[in-house]
Amino acid sequence: MIAKKLAVSLLFGAFAVGAALPADAQVKVGVVTSSTGPIALVGIPQKNSVPLLPATVGGQTVQYITLDDGSDPTATVAAFKKLITEEKVDAIIGPSGSPNAMGVIQFAAESGVPMLAPVGTAAVVLPMTEQKKWVFKTTQNDDLIAEALLEHMAKAGIKSVGFIGTADPYGDNWQKVFGEGAAKRGIKLLASERFQRQDTSLTAQGLKILSASPDAVLIAAPGSSSVLPQTTLFDQGYRGKIYQTHGAALPDFLKLGGKKVEGTILAASLMLVLDQVPDSHPSKKIASDYVAAYEKQNGSKPATFGANVYDAGLLLERAIPVALKGGEPGSAAFRTALRDALEQVKELPATQGVYNLTAADHSGFDERGRELITVSGGKWTLVK
Amino acid sequence: MNLQIVMLLGQDGITNGAIYALLALSILLVFTVTRILLIPQGEFVAFAALTMAAMQGGTPVRLGWLLLALAAAALVMDSHAAWRRDGRIAVRRGPALGVAYAAGLTALTTLVPLAEAGVALQALVTMALIVPLGLALYRVFYQPIAAAHPLVLLIVSIAVHVVLVGVGLLMFGPEGARTEPFSDGGLRLGMVMLNSQTIWVVAVSLALILGLYLFFERSLYGKALRAAAVNRLGAELVGISPELAGKASFALAALIGSLSGILIAPITTIYYDSGFIISLKGFVGAIIGGLASYPVAALGALLIGQAESFSTFWASSYKEVIVFTLILPVLVWRSLSHHGAEDEE
Repeated sequence: MIAKKLAVSLLFGAFAVGAALPADAQVKVGVVTSSTGPIALVGIPQKNSVPLLPATVGGQTVQYITLDDGSDPTATVAAFKKLITEEKVDAIIGPSGSPNAMGVIQFAAESGVPMLAPVGTAAVVLPMTEQKKWVFKTTQNDDLIAEALLEHMAKAGIKSVGFIGTADPYGDNWQKVFGEGAAKRGIKLLASERFQRQDTSLTAQGLKILSASPDAVLIAAPGSSSVLPQTTLFDQGYRGKIYQTHGAALPDFLKLGGKKVEGTILAASLMLVLDQVPDSHPSKKIASDYVAAYEKQNGSKPATFGANVYDAGLLLERAIPVALKGGEPGSAAFRTALRDALEQVKELPATQGVYNLTAADHSGFDERGRELITVSGGKWTLVK
Repeated sequence: MNLQIVMLLGQDGITNGAIYALLALSILLVFTVTRILLIPQGEFVAFAALTMAAMQGGTPVRLGWLLLALAAAALVMDSHAAWRRDGRIAVRRGPALGVAYAAGLTALTTLVPLAEAGVALQALVTMALIVPLGLALYRVFYQPIAAAHPLVLLIVSIAVHVVLVGVGLLMFGPEGARTEPFSDGGLRLGMVMLNSQTIWVVAVSLALILGLYLFFERSLYGKALRAAAVNRLGAELVGISPELAGKASFALAALIGSLSGILIAPITTIYYDSGFIISLKGFVGAIIGGLASYPVAALGALLIGQAESFSTFWASSYKEVIVFTLILPVLVWRSLSHHGAEDEE
């Protein structure tokens, strides 16, 4: 009896949902984020940015299908397969995490669906392979950020540096990229320590760095986990220069760090210092509009991670009209044309910088995608 | 590696080890009394820390709503049980008072700004939220299946843990938080600066352990709990309610968990899902004590703290591997010394 009632109401429910869908939805875009689980801090602003993505492009309605993978790479694979085989999407934005993205590249490539990954690690697009041709990355490559930091270090006369990074692909890649860059400039890497986001104490890592006494320390950790190494070093009496990566570029960094993160140097997109960059910067207006729209909708400022998804929308907005000449949405020809069109995107200003994609570079940022920022008086300040 | 580094690492290990020891004791307490492996123990820690941080940061404290929902669920379950028994719906005073208490506290935490209230009052409000949460968890999730097989209880524990982590994400958001230290400065002991928070952690842990000892040795309720742990049926025969024993052990576990959370929050950044890994280390301590001996469990937890601290110094990437591998020789030794007589209930 109850089961029957349930079945009837489910049936009606299904009809209601079916009727609510826009009938003319033609371009289908899947979005996979980690809005729950350990990297939810990345996934939540990304999920919240989906309603801000362009709703119509080139006269076609775009339908977004959002799935959550719970930060679990296995669930990401399931979500991708569902989007590709059941929903027959034309492109996928996501996932949030680097390991999650590495695991799904082959599925996107096999079925020929362009994938726009808002993830940190450059490994999803470098080195370029036959499979990675289908992947585009909407974040600055680590080496671009590392280059800016290394330049600043060289100018400040820093000769030796210590490294603290998370024990995950983010920390791994930074150690690699930064280590290579530092060697080129003759900066010695004296100590290299790792930690987990949930660690309750970093005393040991701090002591190890202290006993090596480098001129500066680079901390490579995503989100608010970047704070604890720095406050620990401060408490232990380290007073050298501290550098952070774009992983620390979020409002909570200042809230958690307080006075102890004063003077930190980091390189990131212009989003933290929007009001300080000159109006001539191509990204200023787009980023300000995005931040305002996001704040209106969610009542809080977005972390950079959300803007990476928004940029994926802008890339699609540029590429879809071109791809429509190649085939009908929903067909393999359209998806291939979309991939080719994405690769041709030139001088596209977006929230993070300006995209210039090529067959070899699927991230496409230049120095307009990074700013040197310091913490001064408890506020993010542009380094002039 | 010189003496100063050894001292600093040791201090760090003692701070963490004291927290692990507290959690090991409460896991042990709940297990012996109710046969439940309290996996959600860590959530008490994380929720307490984040609630404190929310009060200090002036952001909304949402934990009251969870308590209110659980209290309401308890009321409904109680009325339902009364209806099944007597054929009419009756509202007993206990659960009704629980709902009123939860509603009052929710109103207090949402309406009164507690940012300027001072650490002591904030800690008190936090504990007033978490301790009944422990009670309500037992009433809603465990009491109906109290007689089930320990494996069933374990599975329910895992489920409760997973649900609470999800609810924690909803209540506190994905970002970590930290609270103000209780006091600034520290104590200079020879050449090592003792961090004031370390002193707080060690002092409160020692006081709590002493308090627990007195409670179990001297008070009637404590002795009743011990009796229930030693022999459930026998305790029931002499008039000790297993329901009361279960609730009391959960309330104690929640109290210890919330204290640990309040103590650890100024030292480190706590996330909504940090609790699990912290309580897991307490659990390893409890295992070293064979899930039976309180002093050995506490010592085991202290050992974990030291092992963690020193292994991080030598090989920070392999810290967790080293800490959790420690459990293997202990298990081997225990299984060799106990010739297979472990009963499975």
